[in-house]
Amino acid sequence: MNIYKYATPTAFYQLAGKLIPWFAIPATVLFLLGLYIGFFVAPTDFQQGDAYRIMFIHVPAAWMGMFLYVLMAFYAGLGWAFNARLASMMASALAITGAMFTFLSLVTGALWGKPTWGAYWVWDARMTSTLILLFLYIGFISLQAAIDDPRRADRAGAVLAIVGVINVPIIYFSVQWWNTLHQGATIRLIGKPTIAPPMLAALLIMLGACWLYSVAVVLLRLRCIILEREQNAAVVAEVAA
Amino acid sequence: MGGYGFYVWGSYLITAILIGGEVFLLMRRKKNLLKQNRGIHSLEGK
Repeated sequence: MNIYKYATPTAFYQLAGKLIPWFAIPATVLFLLGLYIGFFVAPTDFQQGDAYRIMFIHVPAAWMGMFLYVLMAFYAGLGWAFNARLASMMASALAITGAMFTFLSLVTGALWGKPTWGAYWVWDARMTSTLILLFLYIGFISLQAAIDDPRRADRAGAVLAIVGVINVPIIYFSVQWWNTLHQGATIRLIGKPTIAPPMLAALLIMLGACWLYSVAVVLLRLRCIILEREQNAAVVAEVAA
Repeated sequence: MGGYGFYVWGSYLITAILIGGEVFLLMRRKKNLLKQNRGIHSLEGK
C-alpha cells in the first residue's frame, strides 16, 4: 500500500471517513466511564468538597487547548514550509476545536474559582495567559476568514500560529514562575501525583476521551474543508472520468 | 454536591452544550455541502 497517496486531500477524505468511527465510539465510551468514576467512585475532597469534580473536565479541556494549539502551529508550519495543502487544511480544522476547549477551560475555571477562591475571575498569570491563548485562536480563525485566497490565508495564519506558540510554555510554567492564585500541577512527569487513585483514573480517562473526541471532530471538519476547497477538483475529476 | 451543585452541574452543562453544538454544526455543514454539489458524491466513492 502506498501511504503517500493519502497526502492528497481527495484520497485523505476517504481515509478520514473510515477513521472517524474508530475515534468517535471509544470517545463516547470513555466520556461515560470517566464521568461514572468521577461522580460515583471518586471520593469527596477533604478541602474543596464536591467542587473539585469540575477538575475532570477543566483539566483535560485546558490541556487539549494547549496541545491542539501546538499541533495547529506544527501543521500550519508544515503547510507553509512544504506548500502542503492538506497540512494547512489540518491546521484550520484544529483551530475551532482548540478554541472550544480553551473557552471551556476558562468557563469551567471561573465556575471552579467562585466557590474556592471567591471570585469568577482574577487577573492571575495562568488565567491571563490562557485568555491570550483564546485570543490567538480567534485571531488565527479571523485572519484566515478575512483572506479570500486560501493559500494566502494559510500562509498568514501560519505566521500568527507559529509566533503564538511562545504562549504555551508561558501558560504551562506560569504557576511556577509567578506567585499565582491558581493551584500548582496535580500530575507531574516526575514524582507521584497528589490526588487519590480514583480521582487520577477519572482525570486520565476524561483526558483520553477529550483526545479521541478531538481527533474525530477534527477529521470531520477536515472533510468539510476538503469538500469546500476541492469542489472544483472533484467536479473536474467527475467530468474527466 | 454539598452546596456546589450550581458550579459543578453548570460546568458539565456548558461542556455538553459546547460538545453537542460542535458535533451538530459539523454534521449540518457536511450535509449542506453534499447537497450543494452532487458532483462531490464521487469523492464518497458512490
